[in-house]
Amino acid sequence: MVLTTPERAEDAAIVRRPRRLRGVWLLVALGVLALAMFASLTIGSRDVDVSDVLAALGGGTDGFAEASVAKRIPRTLLAVVAGAALAVSGAVMQGVTRNPLADPGILGVNMGASLAVVIGISFFGLTAASGYIWLALAGAAIAAVFVYTIGSLGRDGATPLKLALAGAATSAALASFVSAIVIPRGDVSASIRSWQIGGVGGGTFASLEQVAPFLLVGFAICVLSARGLNSLALGDDLAAGLGERVALARGSAALGAVILCGATTAITGPIAFVGLVVPHAVRLIVGVDHRWLIPFSAVAGAILLTIADVVGRIIARPTEIDVGILTALIGAPFFIWIVRRQKIRQL
Amino acid sequence: MTSSALRPTSPTSDLTSDAAGRRLVDEIARNRIRRGRRRRTVMIVLALAVVAVFVLSLMVGQTFYTPLDVWHVLIGEQVPGASFTVGRLRLPRATLAIAAGLCFGLGGVTFQTMLRNPLASPDIIGISAGASAAAAFAIVTLSLDDAQVSAFAIVAGLAVALLVYALSYRGGVAGTRLILIGIGVAAMLESLTTWVLSGAAQWDLQEATRWLTGSLNGASWPQIIPVLIALAVLGPVLLARSRDLSTTQLGDDTAAALGVRVNLTRLVVIVTAVGLISFATAAAGPIAFVAFLSGPIAARLVGPGGSLLIPSALVGALLVLVADFAGQYAFGSRFPVGVVTGVLGAPYLIWLIIRSNRSGGSL
Amino acid sequence: MTEQHTLVVERLVLGYGDRVVIDGLDLVIPTGRITAIVGANACGKSTLLRSMSRLLTPRGGSVLLDGKQIHKMPPKQLAQTLGLLPQSPIAPEGITVSDLVGRGRHPHQGIFSRWSTDDDAAVAAALEATGILDLAERSVDELSGGQRQRVWIAMALAQQTDLLLLDEPTTFLDVNHQVEVLDLLTDLNRARGTTVVMVLHDLNLAARYADNLVAIADGAVHAAGPAAEVLTEDCVRAVFGLDSRVIVDPTSGAPLMLPIGKHHVQA
Repeated sequence: MVLTTPERAEDAAIVRRPRRLRGVWLLVALGVLALAMFASLTIGSRDVDVSDVLAALGGGTDGFAEASVAKRIPRTLLAVVAGAALAVSGAVMQGVTRNPLADPGILGVNMGASLAVVIGISFFGLTAASGYIWLALAGAAIAAVFVYTIGSLGRDGATPLKLALAGAATSAALASFVSAIVIPRGDVSASIRSWQIGGVGGGTFASLEQVAPFLLVGFAICVLSARGLNSLALGDDLAAGLGERVALARGSAALGAVILCGATTAITGPIAFVGLVVPHAVRLIVGVDHRWLIPFSAVAGAILLTIADVVGRIIARPTEIDVGILTALIGAPFFIWIVRRQKIRQL
Repeated sequence: MTSSALRPTSPTSDLTSDAAGRRLVDEIARNRIRRGRRRRTVMIVLALAVVAVFVLSLMVGQTFYTPLDVWHVLIGEQVPGASFTVGRLRLPRATLAIAAGLCFGLGGVTFQTMLRNPLASPDIIGISAGASAAAAFAIVTLSLDDAQVSAFAIVAGLAVALLVYALSYRGGVAGTRLILIGIGVAAMLESLTTWVLSGAAQWDLQEATRWLTGSLNGASWPQIIPVLIALAVLGPVLLARSRDLSTTQLGDDTAAALGVRVNLTRLVVIVTAVGLISFATAAAGPIAFVAFLSGPIAARLVGPGGSLLIPSALVGALLVLVADFAGQYAFGSRFPVGVVTGVLGAPYLIWLIIRSNRSGGSL
Repeated sequence: MTEQHTLVVERLVLGYGDRVVIDGLDLVIPTGRITAIVGANACGKSTLLRSMSRLLTPRGGSVLLDGKQIHKMPPKQLAQTLGLLPQSPIAPEGITVSDLVGRGRHPHQGIFSRWSTDDDAAVAAALEATGILDLAERSVDELSGGQRQRVWIAMALAQQTDLLLLDEPTTFLDVNHQVEVLDLLTDLNRARGTTVVMVLHDLNLAARYADNLVAIADGAVHAAGPAAEVLTEDCVRAVFGLDSRVIVDPTSGAPLMLPIGKHHVQA
């Protein structure tokens, strides 16, 4: 089949056009991200101005203003990186499960990581992030497998409803176990509490360094899975017919998603709904091609979390609202909106 | 199988006019009574168990009091030591346990029956979370008194019920959509609760536990009175609708064909259930999973065919009593009742989902 | 025998949302006879039946039982005279046949009523009439489609109404069960004089079993009367948009509709 006729060439041009626009949008998004990061550095319990920011970025820490900025740098970086990781994780999960409701929080994966970390802190006395990242990954992986197994029992496999229910039930179960462990442990409950809600306030360069290699690996796997995900979207049978190794593609993509959200949760605690909201919003602009969806989600997720963190710092001055709360407050209505839009059969 | 030719019967008289017919009717009646016997036996056993655990929880603790001591305290005499421990500490706690358990049991099974789905329990679809968020807000931020807190809670509970219903209405309410939306609303409300609690002067784990999973610590009579009033007023209203509620299990159309005013029944029943749940939540917090578990457990004990309202209430009371007792004394440290029910209930929820998925049932 | 009741539909207007499904429909249901309502999907036949049993409130016109508007009658009172078997009734998990049939006694029981001999007798009579006495203690979940449909009919019988409306009672059944159910309804009508009104999707079964056939098209009655008069090639074309040949069924003497499609037509 060769596209030589004039009408076909026109069609080809139409198909190509959005791609160029996509590049433009990506640049726009990166610009917005830069602005958001800047805002994050300037706004807080004490506002600073541009010169202080530039000085702090250059490494100076004279005066309160620059010290404030210096403290915000790792926090901002963490927000960016965590937002990107969670968004990509969500996008990949939605692709792997063909489920519009997939999100590391909803599917209980975050809770699995949390429980593992809590166990590590309470029973093995782990304190450094490096110690419990591996635990978090293990917890995330086990939870993901568990939820998927339960959700796919029965004739129709893993429908969105069954998966979401399995995830919600598993989250509830794991949260109960977390409570059961934490409550009697006065010694650790203070540190666990602040982490449990899910926030980027605890970001330090040290923790970022430790988590960076995991995130890099996770991102790489996800980006490389993009083509496989495009095929999987057509259905297992069709994908296999197109020559895709379905189990391998699905398994590796899922691994990437689990690494990303497990590693993130190890540092920030469970933050839900980013992985749900961002890919849906991004799909409206970029379409369903995962090769564009994944990078775009990364940038959009970074923007979302950074801005959410800034908002959390502004609304409740002088205290702050943790990002996990805000994403739930924004994300849940979005989740509801998605559920409403779906036809019943699809659920 | 060919159908037998019809005897020219008019409603009832012909069957009872001859011996064979009378024997048939008797046999039908006997089987019905036999089925009813299991129900009655189970309910009596449950009620006795509730009383037994109640008395036990008054007797047992760091100090052990004999039943005689307990009796003296209950009838108002002054017994050194016991009057305080039993009368002031254990009695209100145990009473609240029963009252809240009854409310959760009633409210949970009502929703599950009305919406024909065990997952449509008020603690899963956000109503408990709403009442709890409102109560936490009223106590922590506004520092209201107990009656006002209850009022807040019931308004919030009703508002959430309305919200979830409205959001899931698209030419009718599909169960699956309702449950998912309820879960979403619950997640939102839980994070709101966390926000309210973290905004308090200092992070009080006790307070947080109470409002996120439910706890009977520090139970006091002013808290309990509204719950008892709710039971006394709303309970009978709900029980009066019990037959109509059972009939709606057959489907809205069939129930309407049998003369049930479906919309009215639904409204009355849901408002009373939300009321019961909200009042109980305002006093004890959203004791995790009691509303969800009571109905299915009662159904397994009592068998199919009859109204589950009273059995479920009794199971609820028993669950809360036992869980609280266990939380205080069975483990190394003290756990609030919500954590115990959460740890027990969540796996059961998962098992329910597994079983339902395996048998291909629809949720 | 049953009392004589009249069921009349006058200038009925029904709709959902902004869609009007039935516009100004008039119909008289002959007492003590079997009436079958047929028509294409979404022509409004189920809607009509549902409004005749009060499940749907009309936008205009009225449904009159013995001259009184049914939408103004107390539901329990209506349920003692007019029974409906809707399309997808739900059986609670694990319920026994006797219990489910017993639910049909609901309109006769108040809040505080206990079970009386009348109730038991009605259940026994219903079980016997539908030939499922030996299934009385079995769980409804275990039964076949045909058996389950008999149980639902028994429940409607236990209600002891003089009129019985059924919405597609045969749609999901194997053909042998379809015939079973229709034979049962005929027995009921002949033995007790119960007025039966049913929506059927199978034109030929409807023509065979109905004393009175009503064809609905475009939200109005296209034709009503004995099957031989109603089931004509013109009618089939008007109601279903289908060419056909109508002959006399050699088994029953009723009209038999043979569809004419694109293929497999002998010249």
